[in-house]
Amino acid sequence: MSAVGGLSEALTARPKLRAAAGFALGAVVLFGVAPLVLSDFRLNLLSKYLCFAIVAIGIGLAWGRGGLLTLGQGVFFGLGGYAMAMHLKLADAGPGQMPDFMVLYGQMDELPAWWAPFASPWFAVPAAVILPMLVALVLGLLVFRRRIRGAYFAILSQALAGAMAILLIGQQATTGGTNGLTDIDAFFGYDLEDPVNQRTVYVLIAATVLALLWLARQLIQSRYGELLVACRDAEERVRFLGYDPATVKLVAYVVAAGMAGLAGALFVPAVGIISPALIGIVPSLQFVIGVAVGGRATLLGPVLGAVAVAWAQTALSEEFPGGWIYLQGLLFVVVVAFLPGGLASITGILRRRAAAPVPTAGPGTTPSDAAGPPVPDLDPEPADHVPVPTPATATEGAP
Amino acid sequence: MIDQIYVGLDVRDLRVVFDGFVAVDGVDLSVSRGDLRFLIGPNGAGKTTVVDAITGLARASGSVPFGEQELLGRKVHQIARMGVGRTFQTSTVFEELTVLQNLDIAAGAGRGPLTMLRRRHGVPEVVEQALETISLTRLRDTTAGVLAHGQKQWLEIGMLLVQDVRLMLLDEPVAGMSADERDATGELLRLVGADRTVVIVEHDMDFLRKFAHSVTVMHEGKVLSEGTVAQVQADPRVQEVYLGAAADVSRLPEVV
Repeated sequence: MSAVGGLSEALTARPKLRAAAGFALGAVVLFGVAPLVLSDFRLNLLSKYLCFAIVAIGIGLAWGRGGLLTLGQGVFFGLGGYAMAMHLKLADAGPGQMPDFMVLYGQMDELPAWWAPFASPWFAVPAAVILPMLVALVLGLLVFRRRIRGAYFAILSQALAGAMAILLIGQQATTGGTNGLTDIDAFFGYDLEDPVNQRTVYVLIAATVLALLWLARQLIQSRYGELLVACRDAEERVRFLGYDPATVKLVAYVVAAGMAGLAGALFVPAVGIISPALIGIVPSLQFVIGVAVGGRATLLGPVLGAVAVAWAQTALSEEFPGGWIYLQGLLFVVVVAFLPGGLASITGILRRRAAAPVPTAGPGTTPSDAAGPPVPDLDPEPADHVPVPTPATATEGAP
Repeated sequence: MIDQIYVGLDVRDLRVVFDGFVAVDGVDLSVSRGDLRFLIGPNGAGKTTVVDAITGLARASGSVPFGEQELLGRKVHQIARMGVGRTFQTSTVFEELTVLQNLDIAAGAGRGPLTMLRRRHGVPEVVEQALETISLTRLRDTTAGVLAHGQKQWLEIGMLLVQDVRLMLLDEPVAGMSADERDATGELLRLVGADRTVVIVEHDMDFLRKFAHSVTVMHEGKVLSEGTVAQVQADPRVQEVYLGAAADVSRLPEVV
């Protein structure tokens, strides 16, 4: 036990070591334990959850650190998913051929021009990430420059997810309509029915999760990451320091969109389908619920929350079909109302309780509703009412 | 260097109108470098609105040349980059970031994207100096949200220092401070104001008496009086405005 205690102490003291240990543990769980313990079916489900987790990493960055409540990540998830699925359908049909659904339902004579470039994987795969980022860039420029934020931004992004789903449904001949793009059973020549290949897809997705976690960590700890938090908490102040907050937010939004696009692209080989029902308003909201439950301002919270909520959805839907949707709503309300920092904030709260066994009674002790690690309660009254917590007394203020 | 020496604040015929209400009505204000100018006046006189107009927050007509450039018509962050910094009545520091992070962000508006995407290593020299100046060196890794009220105000002044502003506009910097903290703040402003232009909107008359180099009194959107503390106090128009107004500022005439 003492060895374990010593180790954990060393880890708390050295953040770099802790991060390395965390990633190593993550790798062991994802690449070692999960494939051993889980059946092919469950592992495939985990692939799907991890795709949601990738979206969640982006939302954690944009919402948790940047304060951008993106209720429409389905748009970017969909763009990535459709880009990948279009390529796989074309590859499946063979050179010069049209995807099956176009022949069946569309009575199309030839491939639409905007489908053609997706025949090349060199176009389709980068497009799955770059296309969402471009859309986010244009959208973000329009929205952030005009200082649209808060609830207005959230509603706008959500409406966009709805619009995108409606658009796809309306173009049945070229997008597969409500059905979406289905029966995707080969991934760059590998048969996706084969469990071995499914495991490869799983490994690819799990590796992407770890890589993007690393990327998000770099961003959060960079100067940009600090500036992003500053923008979230006091946008006007940032402006008066000479920064344009629109640019700062734009970067986070575009990165989050790229992550969602990549998630969509990986979702297609894992699940074999992409459809409007997977990218509209409801799935877009579900992405956010996972992040809120896990803890939006932390690095790991969004990932764990996304996987946990998706797993709970499957498990509970198996037991009580139809009941999940209510439970999910309840979960969201409870977390937002009582645990705004998400499950990730529980350890912090417990640690504070342990550190201060006698809570300072009074009006100053209500939990902060701000995101992120809770700030220790301190009476925000002028200094002459409060013992200044440090040796830097007023007289020392004079240089 | 010449423009460095002469750069001060020069407001000409400033007018700010909100929905037909004239908040600032033809204000001329000239403050030279090294001055510690106090801007006073009853509530609603338009003091803060003048500051808002200079910093790009409120749309205004008139002219505010600064160095060789015009401030009016530019965006807030552009004006900030030209060397104009301000604080607000309620201190706004980034509460969840540490003192060091607050200052590092304030120092970084000119940083390129590559520097931004890297982690901060060590403490930049300007930040180190500012920490000394505002006496927060020992608290540099403290979250700004837990600082005492006075310390937050000093942190804000420190942020203006690392921002390297040439014009500092402070909106009630000593409100809510203890007597000792006020004196410390005054000394701090004296020090940093030596080679900058400092304009302070303030209601605290004791503080004004101790530290003001010059005073501008505003009333109903116009400049009522201007001069040294003694000159302003002797001005019968100022006495009239203040004696008719709040009790605490009516002490002003006694103060000579």
